Amino acid sequence: MQKVISGKTINVNDEGYLTDLTQWDKSLAQAIAQEEGIGELTPKHWDIIHYLQEQFKQEIPLSIRKISKSGVVNIEEFYALFPQGPLKKASKIAGIPKPVSCI
Amino acid sequence: MSEYTGEVRKMMIILSKATMENVYAAFILANGARMEGIEAEIFFTFFGLEAINKNKLGHLHTATVGNPAMHIPTLLGGLPGMEAIATSMMKKEMEKLDMPDVLEFLDILKASGVKLWACRLAMEMFHIQKEELYNGINGVISVGEFYNKGTGLGTHMLFV
Repeated sequence: MQKVISGKTINVNDEGYLTDLTQWDKSLAQAIAQEEGIGELTPKHWDIIHYLQEQFKQEIPLSIRKISKSGVVNIEEFYALFPQGPLKKASKIAGIPKPVSCI
Repeated sequence: MSEYTGEVRKMMIILSKATMENVYAAFILANGARMEGIEAEIFFTFFGLEAINKNKLGHLHTATVGNPAMHIPTLLGGLPGMEAIATSMMKKEMEKLDMPDVLEFLDILKASGVKLWACRLAMEMFHIQKEELYNGINGVISVGEFYNKGTGLGTHMLFV
């Protein structure tokens, strides 16, 4: 389905995840972050978003364990930066699919 | 948060066993809760204490006897070494799925904000000192104290 956000029409699934990463840009990410209650994205947020996109492009499945070994952020910070379901929220903002792993 | 619509907000998990599959079930449930923005606490009691016992947590086994789903005849399952074989097979499969070992999993749970409680009565029963337990535990408490932590709308308790 389609969704209009910050003046742009994007394709999303029924949970609001982008289905086409080419439609993603930074202003869109910021708008989704506002919707998700994350607020203004800091450089640390952006580091994580780029890391997630990189993993997605390499088809590496994401998990909290991967995050802890990423060298980008530790788990405590990750939860602090993206409260209430960090990997879900960060993935949504990064424009990639919702992670499926249970770990 | 505004109106309560029945969603799960907090999982209070009681782990009473120390077979690998039970420990992982409890850990995955707790971690999965945190990943969804749900609070999680684990109460380690009876044999579940082994999962936070520094000397034991690296040597948990899966049970080959009394577990029909293993599809090993009980007599064979009881032979020396069978548990070790089944356990090492399971660990290999878990490694393929990128599952952490018990100690690393405890670190992940701790960092994710899962509260870890040891049962006082079970510790006394098994003569376990606090120093023997994983350093990240939040405390040693009674059943009553654990219940008192399970307040608030949307709290669920689960016995593993």
